[in-house]
Amino acid sequence: MHEMGIAQELVRIALEALPRDLKDPKVASLNLRIGKLSSVVPHSLTFCFEIITKDTPLEHARLDIERVPVVIRCDTCGRQWEADTPVFRCPDCENGQVQMISGREIDIDSLTLME
Amino acid sequence: MEIKIRKNILEKNLTEADKNRSFFREKKVFVLNMMSSPGSGKTQTLCRTLAQLMPDIQVGVIVGDICTTNDADRLAKTGAKVTQINTDQFGGDCHLTAPMIDTAARQLGCDDLDLLIVENIGNLVCPAEFDIGENARVVVLSVTEGEDKPVKYPLMFQVSEAAILNKVDLLPYLEFDAALAVENMKTVHPGMPVFELSAKTGQGFEPWLEWLRRQL
Repeated sequence: MHEMGIAQELVRIALEALPRDLKDPKVASLNLRIGKLSSVVPHSLTFCFEIITKDTPLEHARLDIERVPVVIRCDTCGRQWEADTPVFRCPDCENGQVQMISGREIDIDSLTLME
Repeated sequence: MEIKIRKNILEKNLTEADKNRSFFREKKVFVLNMMSSPGSGKTQTLCRTLAQLMPDIQVGVIVGDICTTNDADRLAKTGAKVTQINTDQFGGDCHLTAPMIDTAARQLGCDDLDLLIVENIGNLVCPAEFDIGENARVVVLSVTEGEDKPVKYPLMFQVSEAAILNKVDLLPYLEFDAALAVENMKTVHPGMPVFELSAKTGQGFEPWLEWLRRQL
């Protein structure tokens, strides 16, 4: 689906973050945070990433993906909970006015260079 | 050695979406992003919507499809200004991005528009993830799909401000539980207005038009 576009952006951001004074840098891993509600499939993202990083400093870099849980907070009673099913109604007061605290991340946190 | 980056991978699209928002604010045009799976009846819903809103409200449409101009051709017959985005001839992107909308909106010209509707590419997954600088999102589900689609594709229904349940004229011929479909939508997005209508017959259309007029 759209994982190729996301992989391309990821590569662009990672390459820009590499120190320019390093000769022949090699990246060991990219540390990502992907929310469970975001429509990104880690397996597809890794597949696309491997294809487009051949012959670049990112070739063979590992994608370490932390899945961020879906955390919701009720606007009415302030209850905060982790959702494991797509139910966005407060379990206490049944109110529907809620805020999404986490779960939609598609973030790169850092990269690790090879020693 | 670890290098901290801390960025949203889609930041480029988000920046472009913010630019679009400023452009639309400057032009005083309200932008609606309409999304659904293929075949839910987005185009027919739009054809009837445009016929009812125009000429009091000036509407422009950006139609996104992988290929063909079929939808744009249908919509142009309403007299609205229409432009088509094709993402590729034989299978391109499955969603519209903010830069595509920028190009299309400038090509269309927004000076005399009150409302710009973007008919996104038929897909219940990817379009939900890409901000295009819209003011509101509407998801269309039709009764020929399944009652459980909202819980199968929660992000789409969670990010939408309103939903349409289309093709209700077919309910007598189907084993589709409309009440369950609406309940599922409200489980994923409590409080979201759901308009049960038929774009073909016009049944139930007025509350949808009222909602839309109130947004402008």
